[in-house]
Amino acid sequence: MRALFADRMRTTFVMLGSLLILFVAWPLLRTITASSPAVLWETILDSEVSQSILLTFTSSLIATCIAFVLGVPLAYLLARTAFPGKWLIEGIIDVPIVVPHSAAGIALLMVFGRRALLGRAFGLVGIKFVSAGPGIVIAMLFVSLPLLVDAAREGFESVDPRLERVARTLGASPWRSFWQISFPLAWRSILSGMILMWARGLSEFGAVVVLAYHPMAAPVLLWERFLSYGLRYSGPVATLMILICLATFVVLRVTAGHRRAKA
Amino acid sequence: MSNRGSVQVQDLWVDLEEFHLREIDLNISPGEYFVILGPTGAGKTVLLETIAGLHQPQRGRIRLDGEDVTGVPPERRGIGFVYQDYMLFPHLSVARNIAFGLKLKGLSHRAVEERVAAFGQLLGIDHLLHRSPRTLSGGEQQRAALARALVVEPRILLLDEPLSALDPEMREGLQRELARLHGELGTTTLHVTHDFEEAVALGERIAVVNDGRVIQVGPSDEIFRRPNSEFVARFVGVRNIFPGTVRRGENGGQMFRLDASPGGPEGADPRGTEIAAVTDLAGPRHASIRPEDILISREPLRSSARNSFRGRIVGIVDRGTFTYVTVRVPPDYTCMITRRSLEELELREGLEVHVAFKASAVHVF
Repeated sequence: MRALFADRMRTTFVMLGSLLILFVAWPLLRTITASSPAVLWETILDSEVSQSILLTFTSSLIATCIAFVLGVPLAYLLARTAFPGKWLIEGIIDVPIVVPHSAAGIALLMVFGRRALLGRAFGLVGIKFVSAGPGIVIAMLFVSLPLLVDAAREGFESVDPRLERVARTLGASPWRSFWQISFPLAWRSILSGMILMWARGLSEFGAVVVLAYHPMAAPVLLWERFLSYGLRYSGPVATLMILICLATFVVLRVTAGHRRAKA
Repeated sequence: MSNRGSVQVQDLWVDLEEFHLREIDLNISPGEYFVILGPTGAGKTVLLETIAGLHQPQRGRIRLDGEDVTGVPPERRGIGFVYQDYMLFPHLSVARNIAFGLKLKGLSHRAVEERVAAFGQLLGIDHLLHRSPRTLSGGEQQRAALARALVVEPRILLLDEPLSALDPEMREGLQRELARLHGELGTTTLHVTHDFEEAVALGERIAVVNDGRVIQVGPSDEIFRRPNSEFVARFVGVRNIFPGTVRRGENGGQMFRLDASPGGPEGADPRGTEIAAVTDLAGPRHASIRPEDILISREPLRSSARNSFRGRIVGIVDRGTFTYVTVRVPPDYTCMITRRSLEELELREGLEVHVAFKASAVHVF
């Protein structure tokens, strides 16, 4: 504690930093305390709200699972191999972070829209994206997949490749050495990447609203309530969502902290 | 499958990032303890990993027991591999580390347990089997890694600087352990190191490598007596290394009797061939004395040094601020003295002088 105020420079830095902390914490606290528990309970019981939150959770979970199946192998390749054009692949994976999310929604619409190629192809097997659950899933997937891929990659990078080599000499096939050595050792990173991705997916508005206004994901519902009824009626929905996201975030920090302590 | 596999490496070329192996030819006999010696960055690890099948060579062939395994994946080569920093699987207990290869062989649960226990005992780590590798000392981890590699009865055992991460005391203990294991199991062993004394102590034959090439192959004595190149001479260094036998001396101390040294005239002063040493080792060993630990004088020295011999200067090599003076007792002792003492003592070839060194300066290994 004393180190924080050791000299004038540090004291100044503490004051500047505090402003930023306040800037984040104050509005969040204000929103949480704005609604009484009774009003919150009422909001949860509102079937439109609860269904929308459930839809948001499951959609983000599905997106995370898809990213797990496709992204973990990619992360492993990025961690272990060098190949021409690797920088390009790394760039493509991280592009969703810098693209405006509404633009990402438009871009997805151009490929998964009703008349677009993939949209029609999936339409043949009865999956449609526009104004449908799958649309919410791909929107969330697009904007949040870098979080999982990057975390998994870091996880694999922290596993000494010689551990895999030893496993190979002991008779393990490449598959075996992946499942028994690399994957378990990278698992905590992958898991924290999944939690982060899932939480990021929950909060996505821009890309989701372009692809699927209906059925309403929670951030879209919040937006609609705000436009139609103003601050008073959107407040409790916002409070609820902030609380849920805070809870997930705490879980994330605990697992990540655990990992750091173990390493 | 026998654990005394032979290894033939023929015209091997490997390019891997900054490492390049060129024209590597090696023939390792069944049951041999073969040491690959070279400086850091010489490509020793890459060579070992290529023999294990972890890298594909650009050119050349690798044969185990005469069978061409160049294209065979590592898991089907029957190889045990031990790295310098152990590489135990950190998420598995010591027992499950050792069991890893056995389970892949499809042994029954009971057979696995029995063999893990047997090898735990062989390596003296049976009391650590339930522990996590993280909680083990370096020496214990390396024993566990050895048990894990040996329990699958590999055709050959590849050791990549297995002693380098250990502190000196542990190193000596594990070095003896390696010699004992090789004596008991007889597994053909390829041991990579940058430490010359380690190579001499363990290797039946040594290959000196530098810059991705094999420079010299031969029995250890031949390497330090007849280095075939400037590099080998420099890398091995100017030192006094003598093969011989440790025996108990009259007054409680140990004596090291040098084997008949080549080049010495018959019937020369026999005292120079038996030197006092401080060691708890026994039997046939090597002894080394650092050139800077040997004192040189015109008159016999009255000092605590227990080894004092008369001899004749047969060579003086000027290295700038210091000088190597070779005194034939026999054997030939090489001493390092400053240029100033060279001038003060007025040393020249053919002069009769005295050499002296403490018993504690004699390193037996």
